[in-house]
Amino acid sequence: MQFGLSESQRILKDNARKFFATECPMSEVRRIAQTETAHDESLWRKMAAQGFQGVVIAEEAGGLGLGHVELAALAEEMGRALAPGGFLSTITAAAAIAAAGSGRYLSGIAAGTVRGTVAFLESTASWDPEDVKMSGLTGEKRFVADAATADFLLVAARDGGELALYLVQPDQLRITAMPAIDLTRRLYKVRFENARGDLLARGVAARQALERAFDVATVALCAEMTGGMQRMLDIAVEYAKTRKQFGKPIGQYQAVQHACADMLLWTESSRSAAYYAAWALDSGSPSEARTAVSIAKSYASDACREVGNRAVQIQGGMGFTWENDTHFYYRRAKASEIAFGDAAYHRERIARIVLNERRAGATVA
Amino acid sequence: MDLNLNPKELAFRDEVRGWLNANTPRDWAARRNAEESLSARFAYLRQWQRKLFDAGWAGISWPVEYGGRGASIIEQMIFIEEMARAQAPPMANVIGLGLVGPTIIAFGTERQKKSYLEKILSAEEIWCQGFSEPNAGSDLASLSTEARLDGDHFVVNGHKCWTSYGWAADRCELLVRTDPAAPKHKGLTVLLVDMHSPGIEVRGLRQMSGECEFSEIFFRDARVPVENVLGEVNDGWRVAIGTLAHERGTFGAALQVTYRRNFNRLVEVAREMGRDGDPLVRQKLAQCYAEIEIMRFNQMRAFSRMNETGVPGPEGSIQKIFWSELNQRMQQVAMEILGPYGQLAQGAEDAIDGGQWAYGYLRSRGNTIEAGTSEIQRNIIGHFVLGLAKSY
Repeated sequence: MQFGLSESQRILKDNARKFFATECPMSEVRRIAQTETAHDESLWRKMAAQGFQGVVIAEEAGGLGLGHVELAALAEEMGRALAPGGFLSTITAAAAIAAAGSGRYLSGIAAGTVRGTVAFLESTASWDPEDVKMSGLTGEKRFVADAATADFLLVAARDGGELALYLVQPDQLRITAMPAIDLTRRLYKVRFENARGDLLARGVAARQALERAFDVATVALCAEMTGGMQRMLDIAVEYAKTRKQFGKPIGQYQAVQHACADMLLWTESSRSAAYYAAWALDSGSPSEARTAVSIAKSYASDACREVGNRAVQIQGGMGFTWENDTHFYYRRAKASEIAFGDAAYHRERIARIVLNERRAGATVA
Repeated sequence: MDLNLNPKELAFRDEVRGWLNANTPRDWAARRNAEESLSARFAYLRQWQRKLFDAGWAGISWPVEYGGRGASIIEQMIFIEEMARAQAPPMANVIGLGLVGPTIIAFGTERQKKSYLEKILSAEEIWCQGFSEPNAGSDLASLSTEARLDGDHFVVNGHKCWTSYGWAADRCELLVRTDPAAPKHKGLTVLLVDMHSPGIEVRGLRQMSGECEFSEIFFRDARVPVENVLGEVNDGWRVAIGTLAHERGTFGAALQVTYRRNFNRLVEVAREMGRDGDPLVRQKLAQCYAEIEIMRFNQMRAFSRMNETGVPGPEGSIQKIFWSELNQRMQQVAMEILGPYGQLAQGAEDAIDGGQWAYGYLRSRGNTIEAGTSEIQRNIIGHFVLGLAKSY
């Protein structure tokens, strides 16, 4: 047993860190965040040349064929760099396609020529697949990330009474921006009027593919949140070491120092939970994986908000300014807290497994 | 990263599991809730540890020549997990196993290792740790219990307090001042003291939870042979820091046994009281479950690191804060679920689980004080991990 990255995983992570430090420094993040879609084609292509979009896609389809621990390591570095654009949206759609047993779009995704996203939430904004009400391909989806730059949408809808997943081309859809706090990952409202789509899966298969895709996305998101937390902690600690008041660096005062210590505790604990969940996706039982994913997301959702709050507070007035980088991370943290279910949603999922299913099924961990 | 057990670890796990299935006493939960004196319960746990020792399960990662199993720290962790899974009682010699033993392994002479380690494992000799004093708590290095050299003995005078298991202890890892003229960290020495020697008086220190789990110890011209110095004279701070690192880093690992048992019982209580469908209760129970698991994940990471480096690092303070504050939150959740029943103490006719929840709640207040307060842990993280200037 070894809870830590292997040599090759460590190399992948270090390379990703160097890549984003060079190709996507904060000046680039700021520039891209102020474009219409927060997508940069040149960065996207360079990422694909590194194999990033295809990290878990099979080698036959042009991917790297690696596991979810590698995906988490990459996502952590993307979170640290606050890499903008549709990476998470695309890998979520890819995970659903792969889980449904299809190979559609996967080689294009790995090559960096195709982007996708998942259209799931409706006006109720519920993450429970039971609450998908759109019948056929007529209706409205909301909070669809990166829809304006997607080459296809993976759409959850009802076919008769059954949950179904469709692959839909965006040219027939009305896509309008939902301006939101995260400037690096944009949200859209998507209107469907008798749209044409290819059925990917229906019924139990659709549900399983969707749940798997959300679990993969959630793990990647938790790792990304960890990277963001680490960056906010580093920024705050650096400031606390240099900013002087009453003749001393403010980090010498316990009120500030203890806030930094809490940030470290939350960041490290989020990291442990994210990597455990990543491992469980590849090697754990389905119940273990589901539980681990919800443990990671419920914890990271609260943690990233609290780490963000302290990062702003420690930097005082500077932390509250536009010119300071913190707010870009803070905005992402707040959006990530909500995406794929907030802490309360995932705690209820844990409760269902631990209080109900395990009692009934007697699969005691 | 591979959380699967390798074939050797797997074989070890199966062997532990098989043994625990056959040998774990079934009356522990009932006894724990019964109105039994601290010393009667301790005698029970001491016997249980002896049984574990005889079967080769004490000191999993300790060297074979001193009675241990010579296995890896990962196997030590597997053993803890299996103890939790079997809902087995904990071992009695907590301080000896978790703190003093590893310190003697790191700093002791061959003679000291030979005379003390095996008896720690078998629970033949119970240990306590004499560090804190009335005027030296967080600022431990300012302690004033002194040891003066007199021939081939040190003569000890002073007053220690908050000593866990002091009332049961046969021996003590005692931190004393041997050079009053030196700067405070430079004049300290660790002595391994026979608690049955003349000039040592142990008094119970009654806690807010009602029992005397802690003691205070008075030393009046107690004589300790010089060969009982652990490490070097006046180098005691380094030895003490070694002990404290174990206290923070690995000591908490065994606690998940208790936490998981408490959590499982709490779920049953919530069900019995018809509260397991209450969304607020479900949220809080799920939060407890998540945090107990994350404590386990953090521990797995720490053990994996230790498996490479050999020693616990300053990040152990994260573990200390995590287990202590989690227990306080979990005890509060228990009180909320039990409602008015939560306050019923041991002896009350209608108390749930013999009043253990009221006791557990009060006892948990001590968690963020003992083994270094949460404030000191945050100072350690701030300075030694994050590199912020020392605040004190």
